Amino acid sequence: MNISEPHQAIINDLQQKYPDKVLDVKEHAGATVIVRVNRDVVHDVLETLYNDHHFIYLLQVFGTDRFTSENRFEVIYHIFSLRDQVRIFVKTWLEEDNLVLPTTTDLWKAANWQEREVYDMFGVQFTGHPDLRRMFMPEDFEYYPLRKEFPPLGIPGSIQLPSTTPDTEED
Amino acid sequence: MGLESALGEGFLTTKLDAVVNWSRANAVWPMPMGLACCAIEMMAFAGPKYDASRFGSEVMRFSPRQSDLMIVAGWCTYKMSHAIRRVWDQMPDPKWCVAMGACASTGGMHRSYGVVQGCDNFLPVDAYISGCPPRPDSLLNALIKIQDKIKKEHTVLLDK
Repeated sequence: MNISEPHQAIINDLQQKYPDKVLDVKEHAGATVIVRVNRDVVHDVLETLYNDHHFIYLLQVFGTDRFTSENRFEVIYHIFSLRDQVRIFVKTWLEEDNLVLPTTTDLWKAANWQEREVYDMFGVQFTGHPDLRRMFMPEDFEYYPLRKEFPPLGIPGSIQLPSTTPDTEED
Repeated sequence: MGLESALGEGFLTTKLDAVVNWSRANAVWPMPMGLACCAIEMMAFAGPKYDASRFGSEVMRFSPRQSDLMIVAGWCTYKMSHAIRRVWDQMPDPKWCVAMGACASTGGMHRSYGVVQGCDNFLPVDAYISGCPPRPDSLLNALIKIQDKIKKEHTVLLDK
């Protein structure tokens, strides 16, 4: 472990404010820190980081399918502090039967499309999101493509191809 | 050749099919449906080095209503397929289609849920070109094949 000083100060603050909710802290590549928190406090933690540590820049929100029987899905927030010039990954694990998280669009406008993409690809519902529609797939698509059980070539017939008879004029 | 001798100097007789096919084959105006890196090779095909104008195809029309040949250059997603089909439907008959490169022909390396595995799933393709991307020579070859195909066409009257 080789955590830099500003990182360590942030982690100490989080551990003090949310005892027992900060589940795991990992240093990665000598440049960043990955913090895993309990799903109940993820919005509070992000709000604390935003307000107290100047993490005003959201780079990414993304999900992963860990394909485990417990805590299968993971949602990761990649944020950057412009004051301290450090970045942090905040992640949380979700159960397959309860894929609900509070939205972070109240903190970062950039979270809007990012959360829509996570919803599109994994089916995570973000409560309070202003416009939770699919990002890439059609609205009536019934599957979540980045889940591990989804076949790479897709479900045949699940997306409509154009009609091969030319458009005729309306009656 | 009784008729030609009756007409005198400066006339020749031929079949209407031959004239129509000759003029169509030497003025195949392409509709460049450039979707990915194949489009770069398609531009080289139209440019001075490979020079599609030798075959009468230098007029790249970005309006489907003025073009005869759709060159599907690149991989097409399900989302794009509707737009491509719409453009194709807007092109006036007679029209021809080239699937340029591995992706347009078969989906290529994009073995993915979002990519149509070959644009012949929704278009009547006349010529397929292999390669990733194909050289402009290959596209010229496909154009010549299409010209051969046009020259073999005949009118409905002879279909019986």
